[in-house]
Amino acid sequence: MAGQIYVYIAHKGGVIDDTALELIAAAKKIDPAARPIAVVTGSGAELDQVCAEAAKSYSQVVKLASPALAHPNAEVVRKALLAILPKDAVILMPHGYLGMDLSPGLSVKLDSTYVADAIDLEKTADGKLKAVRQEYGGQVSTHVLCRMDDGIVINVRPGAFSPDESRSAGGQVVDKSGELGDLAASREFLELVQAAVGDVDITKSDVLVAVGRGIGDQENLEIAEELAAAVGGVVCCSRPIVDAKWLEKSRQVGTSGQTVKPKVYLACGISGSFQHLGGIKGNPFIVAINKNPKAPIFQVADVGIVADVVEFLPELTERIQEG
Amino acid sequence: MDILVCVTRVPDTAENEIEVSKDGTDIERGALVYSINEADNYAVEEAIQIKERVGGSVTVVTVGTEESEEVLRREMAMGADKGILLTDDAFAGTDGRGIATILKAEVEKGKYDLILTGALADAGAGEVGGMLAAMLDRPYASLVNSIEIVDESTLKVGREVEGGNTEMNRIKLPCVLSIQTGINEPRYVGIRGIRQVASVQIPVHGAGDLGLKAEAIAPRVQRQDYFVPTFGAGAEMLEGSNEEIIEKLVEMLKAKGGLK
Ligand SMILES: Cc1cc2nc3c(=O)[nH]c(=O)nc-3n(C[C@H](O)[C@H](O)[C@H](O)COP(=O)(O)OP(=O)(O)OC[C@H]3O[C@@H](n4cnc5c(N)ncnc54)[C@H](O)[C@@H]3O)c2cc1C
Ligand SMILES: Nc1ncnc2c1ncn2[C@@H]1O[C@H](COP(=O)(O)O)[C@@H](O)[C@H]1O
Repeated sequence: MAGQIYVYIAHKGGVIDDTALELIAAAKKIDPAARPIAVVTGSGAELDQVCAEAAKSYSQVVKLASPALAHPNAEVVRKALLAILPKDAVILMPHGYLGMDLSPGLSVKLDSTYVADAIDLEKTADGKLKAVRQEYGGQVSTHVLCRMDDGIVINVRPGAFSPDESRSAGGQVVDKSGELGDLAASREFLELVQAAVGDVDITKSDVLVAVGRGIGDQENLEIAEELAAAVGGVVCCSRPIVDAKWLEKSRQVGTSGQTVKPKVYLACGISGSFQHLGGIKGNPFIVAINKNPKAPIFQVADVGIVADVVEFLPELTERIQEG
Repeated sequence: MDILVCVTRVPDTAENEIEVSKDGTDIERGALVYSINEADNYAVEEAIQIKERVGGSVTVVTVGTEESEEVLRREMAMGADKGILLTDDAFAGTDGRGIATILKAEVEKGKYDLILTGALADAGAGEVGGMLAAMLDRPYASLVNSIEIVDESTLKVGREVEGGNTEMNRIKLPCVLSIQTGINEPRYVGIRGIRQVASVQIPVHGAGDLGLKAEAIAPRVQRQDYFVPTFGAGAEMLEGSNEEIIEKLVEMLKAKGGLK
């Protein structure tokens, strides 16, 4: 028998994260009859707002309030969770920037199993967890199997499950802040520094020519610029291009970059990692050009072309320039 | 500052198309090109830069096979002072928790002020650093994209968060940090550099040397198979000569508002 399922509720500025409802669906994959308990950490009126919202969807909401939890510092959140969670808890966390920071260490302290970045979950006949994960930047998937009965922390990829929108719980908020104890930490949050604004605002363009590592060389960026000029769009990129300092960070599309909503997105030499795709919203017409016919990008693109971008893009530009 | 950097040898996804093997139990390993995990190379560069600023030493360690020695030598050619190879038949098939347990045993044989890992390796987990920190009871920050040394016992680190924003933290030493790609510009390593470290002895430690029992590193999470995921309908693939493809594409772009 696995223990009680707990869901950590992510929130920001008093607004509950989409993952709060997605993780109900994830919990029901483990056990259709599950009544997961929501755990919310934070402080002040914002926290109460989030707890009230969570109570619409969870029958029980554990509220953990402390000024030390105002900003979600993983070390402090870990202490708070350790104060109230039983050792055999099944804990679902969103695999976001807090979850990546928190969960590996939390699992060690609980002596629980840890599964990172799960995209699907299932309970086997003998009560184990079978999860689907991706490896090699999404090029292949795996099933992983582990026990759940001694406690488990599962980080679930945001967006992997459809939200459970029923909001029929009419749940209770239980304030367990009194059980928190000492939250002193050796890591201290100082401030949030906003991303620098760049030379071009890629979020304003209807047409984006996105270049990835497949462009090969800094000099080849020119052929993307030429295509962008021909189609009246701008050049954006995947992370490796920014890491290599070929383009400014403000040109990066993805979870750690910009969110864009163009009409047309030309993905050139981009494999299609979920971190990159996470920045493409509004269901644009996606054209993928990649030399690998098995690149994951072809699964999400509308149109695919197997070609070497360095050869293909100039030909396309030339044809467009002809009118 | 004495710094330990945990590195790992992985199939280079920029150089390879990863395919599932026929029986689905592994990926096709035959023709794979291996290299150091991308984030780990940034971590080693960061360690070398810190050493250049404040002195100290840089040690690179890996849990792997004999073949992993090549990544240790590469990072030594880059400027790491020492490499340590942790290898044993008993380590094969362990999981992230097991790797962290093995690394912890090695960490406890030395004295390190700062331990760096990469943010993520080939399995896309990003777990070893956080687990190691918790096992050592040291503070941890993940996805670090800047490190400033405040004083002997304190660092100021930037963590990457959503939207390209950065979360600044003060963290006490000794600590563990996972390093994100792009934090610096890793220096070039030439053949000459690699030759220079070719004959340096690399200590090799096994389960016995580290006092590790089999049950401590038994995997809790076991991979069952590999398969190729399918999501959505998939793209309409345009085929033919480049000329034909481009004609079709231009029509589509016009229809979708992609041509002004
Ligand atoms: C916490 C975190 C946050 C991240 N945030 C982001 C983010 O915001 N944005 C982002 O993009 N990534 C992000 N990443 C990185 C992400 O995981 C991938 O590593 C990255 O998106 C890969 O970029 P890519 O597709 O350009 O490169 P690769 O994955 O290396 O793919 C290159 C592709 O180009 C193809 N190719 C090679 N040569 C050619 C050629 N000549 N012609 C045509 N095709 C060719 C290859 O077949 C391959 O499919 C993040 C990672 C982490 C851990
Ligand atoms: N076999 C290994 N040996 C040494 N360090 C490792 C090993 N596997 C992972 N790491 C470290 O942990 C980081 C994150 O890996 P992972 O948790 O597997 O995504 C890597 O970037 C390395 O720094």
